Amino acid sequence: MLETANLTMVNWARAQFALTAMYHWLFVPLTLGLSFLVAFFETWYVKTGNEDWKRLTKFWMTLFGINFAIGVATGIILEFEFGTNWSNYSWMVGDIFGAPLAIEGIFAFFLEASFFAVMFFGWDRVSAKMHLFSTWMVAIGSNLSAVWILVANGWMQHPVGMHFNPDMARFEMQSFAEIVFSPVAVSKFTHTTSSAFLLASLFVIAVSAWFLLKGRHLEMAKKSILAASVFGLLSSGLVAFTGDEAAFTNAHDQPMKLAAFEGLYKGQKNAGLVAMGVINPDKKPGDSAAPFLFEVRLPGLLSLLANRQTGSFVPGIDDLVYGNAPENIVGVTQKMERGRQAIHQLQMYQQAKKAGDASAAATALAAFTPEQDFLGYGYLLTPEEAVPPVGLTFYSFHVMVILGTILPLVCLLFLIFTYNDTIREKKWLLWAGIFSLFLAHVAHQAGWIVAEVGRQPWAIQGLLPVTVARSNLTTGTVQTTFFLFLALFTTLLLAEIRIMLGQIKRGPEEA
Amino acid sequence: MIGNLDTTTLQNLWWFICSALGALFIFLTFVQGGQTMLFTLASTAEEKSLLVNSLGRKWELTFTTLVVFGGAMFAAFPLFYATSFGGAYWVWVSILFTFIVQAVSYEYRSKPGNLLGTGTYDLFLFINGSVGILLIGAAVGTFFSGSNFSLNAMNQVTWQHPLRGLEAAFSLFNLSLGLFLVFHARTMGALYLANNIDHKVLHRRAHNAVLINFAISLPFLLFVLVRLVTMQGFGVDPVSGTVALTDGKYLANLLSLPVIPAFLLVGLILVIGGVVVNGLQGKKNGIWLAGLGTVLVGLAIFFTAGYNNTSFYPSKIDLASSLTIRNASSSHYTLTVMSYVALAVPFVVAYIFYFWRLMDMKKISMAELSGEQAKELY
Repeated sequence: MLETANLTMVNWARAQFALTAMYHWLFVPLTLGLSFLVAFFETWYVKTGNEDWKRLTKFWMTLFGINFAIGVATGIILEFEFGTNWSNYSWMVGDIFGAPLAIEGIFAFFLEASFFAVMFFGWDRVSAKMHLFSTWMVAIGSNLSAVWILVANGWMQHPVGMHFNPDMARFEMQSFAEIVFSPVAVSKFTHTTSSAFLLASLFVIAVSAWFLLKGRHLEMAKKSILAASVFGLLSSGLVAFTGDEAAFTNAHDQPMKLAAFEGLYKGQKNAGLVAMGVINPDKKPGDSAAPFLFEVRLPGLLSLLANRQTGSFVPGIDDLVYGNAPENIVGVTQKMERGRQAIHQLQMYQQAKKAGDASAAATALAAFTPEQDFLGYGYLLTPEEAVPPVGLTFYSFHVMVILGTILPLVCLLFLIFTYNDTIREKKWLLWAGIFSLFLAHVAHQAGWIVAEVGRQPWAIQGLLPVTVARSNLTTGTVQTTFFLFLALFTTLLLAEIRIMLGQIKRGPEEA
Repeated sequence: MIGNLDTTTLQNLWWFICSALGALFIFLTFVQGGQTMLFTLASTAEEKSLLVNSLGRKWELTFTTLVVFGGAMFAAFPLFYATSFGGAYWVWVSILFTFIVQAVSYEYRSKPGNLLGTGTYDLFLFINGSVGILLIGAAVGTFFSGSNFSLNAMNQVTWQHPLRGLEAAFSLFNLSLGLFLVFHARTMGALYLANNIDHKVLHRRAHNAVLINFAISLPFLLFVLVRLVTMQGFGVDPVSGTVALTDGKYLANLLSLPVIPAFLLVGLILVIGGVVVNGLQGKKNGIWLAGLGTVLVGLAIFFTAGYNNTSFYPSKIDLASSLTIRNASSSHYTLTVMSYVALAVPFVVAYIFYFWRLMDMKKISMAELSGEQAKELY
């Protein structure tokens, strides 16, 4: 049967995926948002014929290009890493997971690849309208690629539209529409892209704020800030709305993740939302220690967030691990037993089939079918293994939410003072604008930690633990590539930052 | 209509689509070929800049075609994706490395503050064009010569060679295919540059490079073709699915459908035609003849690997683990969904071609290096 692994190798493979994904995500949100801002600027240029807008477009486009290149470089490895480091995963769910990746390539990457060259080098080769069209196509292509990869990620968080095929011993697609329109996929996509728009807006604000502090390119900086702060504010509204939606879907599809990011061990009716707190590092599932050393709670709000109903029950980690009969919650302990049954019956089925014993095969299959949804649990060694790292998930979630509340205010203040034309006097705000870009990156990385660490130990929620999803590699091999990628990506990042700073210092051309 | 196709037809269709992507990729490696000639074809920094900027408008198409080839193989033949990437680990990681560094090199090479210096980024481009293509050739060679893996009952792969895929480069057949692809890419690169750049001196050098590189590539191609038709192949019994080494298998495959030898022959003639009109007659459109020829030859090679009851990813050490387009494919449902998606491919090809023409109507010339656009150049 499937071999579960040597944990060290799996952890290095996870670290490598985290490394490549986190580096990739330094660049992607900027690509997603800045491409639209550049398209807005150019649209304005084509509409008004004002050369200022063209210079502005070209300036932001250059920064977009530098960032885009390293986004592509860090992205290719992610696609192939599913194969290299997670080959069992690739086989077991490739029937479902491969499709969005292929579609991403056909519909999105070719759009970007074809129109990128027109956008950068087509100014005197195609008409102004055709050029504008190309810029929009790059923006749409970039965001389409986000759709498909987030559909794929959404499916890993909440697998739908598929069934297990015992003859092939793999999961197979049953409904493409269910996968694409899964509420988790939709909320994943909208939350991620809208927060990317916010980050890109803050990038434009930060660079423009620096120009204002230096007393350079004043008019262009103010124009950029106006556009970016409006875009940022609109996006923030969407971030909040989709964030609420994400928490709501988590509560139903990944209740363990919700319990972990709230540090909730004992389920409660009318549960409170932790506004801030310090997790007790010695707390273990099932013990009686207090989960927090210190916390501030907003009464009743977690029940509202999770179930949109005050007073409703929100299960905690202990309920999910050990079960809670009055609330009809089946614990991991029970699921593991059923999962082991599933594995055993599947083995019996395969052996009987090999031996040509049709009746034994039918019996085993009949016994397997009711247990198949628990197959993944059969590979867990202890019930507590189903609990993700609580501290990391909790802090990441709260950092994300706090920053997600502050950052729209930055946009708002920039909008007000730029509109009043008093922004240059607000030196503190200009510095805050520059610093907020860094905070936006922290919020983004924290968001992905909540999403990915919060669903451990699952590669596919409830179906396939990471210990089974891995490739058959030695720890040394994965360590070697980990450090190779670390060195390479760090070097490229440093180069990227230096090039960016150089281009920003040079600034847009003045008339 | 697609919904009514049976699994076998869908599998054949998807092998065709993957073959087409693979063949297009081999054509588009003219970018990589061009990258290996930056140091030899150009004698001044300005000339080099012309070359880089000409290639820099196409590199993403090649890169994307490779990524889509990977995605299509994942979606249509997931067992291949899992087995090859998870098994032949080092060969794929090495190939990917050369493409990671390629992706930043164009954008970063001439920008101030780029940390590593222009020379390093140009070296990255050279490595991508030489080592990258050589290893891709070696990996494709294993489609015929086989690899060292076994699969267990749950289709989990175990690789039985410590080099994990890199050993492919030490087989004469695979190495020859790799070297052929490198020199073919250089031939194509020179053909493309001659077409795309408006510069007399560079034209003359490109014409010479076309002839020289084609001449070097020829013996490797001949060796590969002769070996291919004489070597034992991995045949599959269509009823039992058993894989066995079969004499003259690939010769039989080449002749199994009239279209395969036709593609091979017409393709080779077109490639030679492209070389002749460019290298000997000094015309610029050789890239289109040779490009179409490359695609046809590529199709013939991929058809030979996968069709006619053949294992397209055979295991030398455990024949039963060998992958075929039957046992490695996705389910009927997924192949059907993906086939609807594939209906968009002609539109994609059409707009790529349209914008390619639009951009290339005005050739790149020295005037551009000092014009309004100069600052945005690579």
